[in-house]
Amino acid sequence: MHALRGLAWLLVFQSAGELLGRGLGLPFPGPVVGMLLMLLALRFEVVREPVGTCADFLLSHLSLLFVPVGVGVMTHLSLVSQFGFRMLTVIVLSTLVGLAVTALCLHGFNRSGDRAKKEFKEGVIEGANDKAKNA
Amino acid sequence: MPKFVELWVYLSATPLFGLTATLAVYVVAQAAYSRLSQAPWANPVLWTVLVLAGGLLASGVPYPTYFAGAQFIHFLLGPAVVALAWPLWQRRAELRQRWGKLLIAALMGGLAASASALLLALVFGLPLEVILSLAPKSVTAPVAMGIAEKIGGIPALAAVFAVITGMVGALAGKYLFDALRIPTTYEGWAARGFALGTAAHGIGAARALQVNADAGAYAALALSLQVVLASLLMPILLPLFIRLF
Repeated sequence: MHALRGLAWLLVFQSAGELLGRGLGLPFPGPVVGMLLMLLALRFEVVREPVGTCADFLLSHLSLLFVPVGVGVMTHLSLVSQFGFRMLTVIVLSTLVGLAVTALCLHGFNRSGDRAKKEFKEGVIEGANDKAKNA
Repeated sequence: MPKFVELWVYLSATPLFGLTATLAVYVVAQAAYSRLSQAPWANPVLWTVLVLAGGLLASGVPYPTYFAGAQFIHFLLGPAVVALAWPLWQRRAELRQRWGKLLIAALMGGLAASASALLLALVFGLPLEVILSLAPKSVTAPVAMGIAEKIGGIPALAAVFAVITGMVGALAGKYLFDALRIPTTYEGWAARGFALGTAAHGIGAARALQVNADAGAYAALALSLQVVLASLLMPILLPLFIRLF
């Protein structure tokens, strides 16, 4: 029942997002507006509890939801046979670039932030650990 | 034999077929994936898509017939995007504390993925509508379709590119992060997950979630950030990019 009520809330907010997005001519797709509205509404327990249950279920099976679109690749076989290799190369390389830039960016921030925090908070012990790790 | 053929023709034309086939193949692929201790190459989305597309092509069932059933699963993408508010809400304290850094990482990663795709596609001489469909490929499929439509790409193609991107991220992420020496500490998992959510959206996030809970939470966070950033910035930035070339 909880999950069902959660799904009802999700659909209500998606519809509200669709209405608001189209009505005001916002650049976001309807579900994105719905997500932003939901973010505001989650402070209320009536919404939060059921939505949490449903969201956990839905998001843990997120990859299944991409299957129907993915199978659609079969309708673009002519494009695939003509440009398939080049398109795949573009996708693979640019995905690796995106992954690397994001991870290195955040890892860099973490390291510089960590060092300052650790030195400040825990002083000698953590510093020694760090040195041992680096050695 | 003719009885069987008649039955098959009937069954394959009802929506029940597409829905059942999708769920059944996915459940088997998921079981095999856990059996193989979640090896990246055993990715359940990849194998489900390959088996279904191969099966449909071999049996001559057209895609629209399949989609008539599969649309019930496809439909849930919308509520799933709304549900992304949940991981954002759960991590709101952390988000408030580190929002500047996370926002910069999300922007840089998203821009890098999109710009490198556009430039490579130009170098390879791909047609313009293909190039435009490649631009939003780091964003989760339903949103990528919306963006592609706005900027003049082909929505269906954009969705397929997004799915392939997600699979590439889920397959290659671990090896890339190991090569880059991103650690497997809490902070390291956060960076790995955040990168997967940024560059490989829902499929990358699903992979992150299976490997590590912290990575999964950060992936969901990155995925929702990317959705907002991309739908806000892409319709503005892409026309500028096109005018440049």
